[in-house]
Amino acid sequence: MTSSKKSIPQSIWDFFCSLKLTMFTLITLAVLSIVGTVIPQGTPPPEYLHSISQNKLKLYKGLGFFDMYHSWWFILLLSLLSLNLLACSVKRLPGIWRTITRPVRVMDDSLETTLPNLTSIITSGDAVTLRDRVAAVMKAEFAEPVITEADGTYHLFAQKTPWSRLAVYAVHLSVLVIFIGAIIGSLFGYKGFVNIPEGESVGKVMSRSEKEIDLGFAVHLEKFSVSHYPNGAPKEFKSILTVLENGKPVAGYDRVPVIVNDPLSYKGITFYQSSYGKLGEHEFTISDSDGSNSQPLIVKSGGSTKLPDGSGLCLQETTPDISRFQTGLSGPAAQVEVHLANGENKTFVVYSNNPAMNRMNLPYTGGKLLQYRGGEEFMYTGLQVAKDPGVWVVWVGCILMVVGIYVAFFMAHRRIWVRVESGTVTIGGNSSKNQGGFQLFMEQLVTKLKKQLPLEDNK
Amino acid sequence: MTSSLLFNITTLLYLASMLAFFAAIVNRTKPFFGTAGSYIAFGGLLLQTVAIGLRWKESYLLGIGHAPLSNLYESVVFFSWTIVLIYGILDLKYRYRVIGAFVMPFALLGMAWAQLGMKSGIEPLVPALQSNWLLYHVITCFLGYAAFAVACGISIMYLIREKHDKVAQANEQSIVATFPPSRVLDDLNYKSIMIGFPLLTLGIVTGAAWANYAWGTYWSWDPKETWSLIVWFIYAAFLHARITRGWAGRRAAWLSIIGFAATIFCYLGVNLLLSGLHSYGG
Ligand code: HEM
Repeated sequence: MTSSKKSIPQSIWDFFCSLKLTMFTLITLAVLSIVGTVIPQGTPPPEYLHSISQNKLKLYKGLGFFDMYHSWWFILLLSLLSLNLLACSVKRLPGIWRTITRPVRVMDDSLETTLPNLTSIITSGDAVTLRDRVAAVMKAEFAEPVITEADGTYHLFAQKTPWSRLAVYAVHLSVLVIFIGAIIGSLFGYKGFVNIPEGESVGKVMSRSEKEIDLGFAVHLEKFSVSHYPNGAPKEFKSILTVLENGKPVAGYDRVPVIVNDPLSYKGITFYQSSYGKLGEHEFTISDSDGSNSQPLIVKSGGSTKLPDGSGLCLQETTPDISRFQTGLSGPAAQVEVHLANGENKTFVVYSNNPAMNRMNLPYTGGKLLQYRGGEEFMYTGLQVAKDPGVWVVWVGCILMVVGIYVAFFMAHRRIWVRVESGTVTIGGNSSKNQGGFQLFMEQLVTKLKKQLPLEDNK
Repeated sequence: MTSSLLFNITTLLYLASMLAFFAAIVNRTKPFFGTAGSYIAFGGLLLQTVAIGLRWKESYLLGIGHAPLSNLYESVVFFSWTIVLIYGILDLKYRYRVIGAFVMPFALLGMAWAQLGMKSGIEPLVPALQSNWLLYHVITCFLGYAAFAVACGISIMYLIREKHDKVAQANEQSIVATFPPSRVLDDLNYKSIMIGFPLLTLGIVTGAAWANYAWGTYWSWDPKETWSLIVWFIYAAFLHARITRGWAGRRAAWLSIIGFAATIFCYLGVNLLLSGLHSYGG
């Protein structure tokens, strides 16, 4: 820049290169992210919506607080961070690249004044001998030096791990790589859900945005089971799945057990054990108290229906054989809950082989006789389905980040320059990290050098 | 010998270590106390290591074998262990013993809370946690948290020391004069965060890998995930703060303290106050 006043493009560029912007963006992201951990995301539960005022609800909706990590301002902040990263790297990388590929090999006056640990050793002997001795020590203790000659003076230069300077840029690049992976995933992947009853197959799943997606193959549930620990806590949920292509099992994907933490992947689509439940239909009859005028009543597993008097009935649980629970009784039975007109809820058991006991429920069923006829019931499994072609890009970014941070923190670019004239050896160096440790190393190196040089005046 | 007894002894050792460090600050002429503080802390660390191993074994004897990292009690105990471990590494490397006075209280607090205020029974592992990823994820996260705890202790020391340096040059007899110089504390703060940041990064990455493996989404903006990212942003800001001049020293110390407050919220607050997938602490 020749003029002292900055042009507008220049100020914009400086703005995007500045570390103040980095601090601002990182801290703002941190503070704003809190919002989404306090306000429920996605579809907020009705209890929550009732607990806040209409005005607040409107405000939150307007600001996108119910899906804030996808709101325009959150995306804007992430874009700002990315631009900041990119600009900063573009600005600094060329200089760093030059430092690495074209090192300064000669210690001149201006460099000399920047070195914190410059030492001069007064010695005897001609420059060539001194040069060879110094080179040998440097090679043994540090790295092999490059020697440049100028007007009878020898300049030795050696360095270690210059490429570690690139690590910071790898870290910054990795953030962008992860973003790219996430974008690929959201453009070309989906998350979905599917329920499969035992013994059935499905070829389509429902995506989160309620779109039906054709898998291109089918998944068949052979069996679903739950096992428990001795104390009753659930131990394992297991679906036995088979992948079908054109109705035929695919080799290697036949009867694969899928449990929580151990999914099934086929053609880039992965199926995760997520939930389960019962499916089935149950038949009741409802009649006058003497058994006449019998009408069938069909209820789904876990479903509900209305009784003739208008009260609601929920089917809670059924068993094909009640004798396991109540000795002396036999046959199928169902536990139901009836919501009475007076607002009370009443839970009782309806039997198939004990009309006498069913008669005791007459007061709850509007004077009608409710009987259970039995039903068929089977398990279904709930599977999460995901396809994410960007996930590998994300992992590459993560690995780059972890390795990059490690190198950036714990490896340093160390350089040592030595100027050899007849009678004097001047040594100095610097390190991109851990100056304290490098200082110590330099002191030891000088001590070792002195031992190898013919000293005249040991200072 | 049960693990529970060993954990109790560990708690007492951490108490003794902390008191020794306090004594070292008060009696600046007797370096014995500082040395004792460190050695007692190392003894406690060793004992706690054995106790954790023993608890692991006990779970197998109960037929529900799993690493002792499965509930709030076990995680608090492990957190204490990692704090003393990170302190030990810094002590061996840099030999500023008295920082123990500001670090051991964190470890003691954890152990005392776990031993006195929590149910310590070994329980079976719920299906969601039955994965080796649990081990990688929890170990890396807690080592990171511990390094931030140590950095927070050092930052508090820094603020005290800096205030003291400003007010009184003459009053050299004061307790604060035993603290390492503020320049050193500032550097140690940075060094601890340099240990913690890569570990937290690895913790978040292993968490994402596990989530992807178990649920098919590496990131779902669950409150715990989001808070770990908030913590990560704060320490990333800290690291950049050191590059721009003017953000070292006091402001860096405050950033480190705020970072640790966020860390604690991420660890405990999310479980106790917010809802989400990591019902872990309960
Ligand atoms: C989430 C995002 C970021 C992460 C994780 C990150 C990480 C890092 C790390 C670990 C370092 C090394 C710090 C040290 O040596 O103590 C660093 C240095 C640096 N970062 Fe970032 N950074 C991020 C964003 C940014 C952005 C947006 C900029 C844009 C200006 C930036 C500019 C720099 C600069 C200039 C350095 C110093 C490089 C040097 O020492 O030559 N960083 N960053």
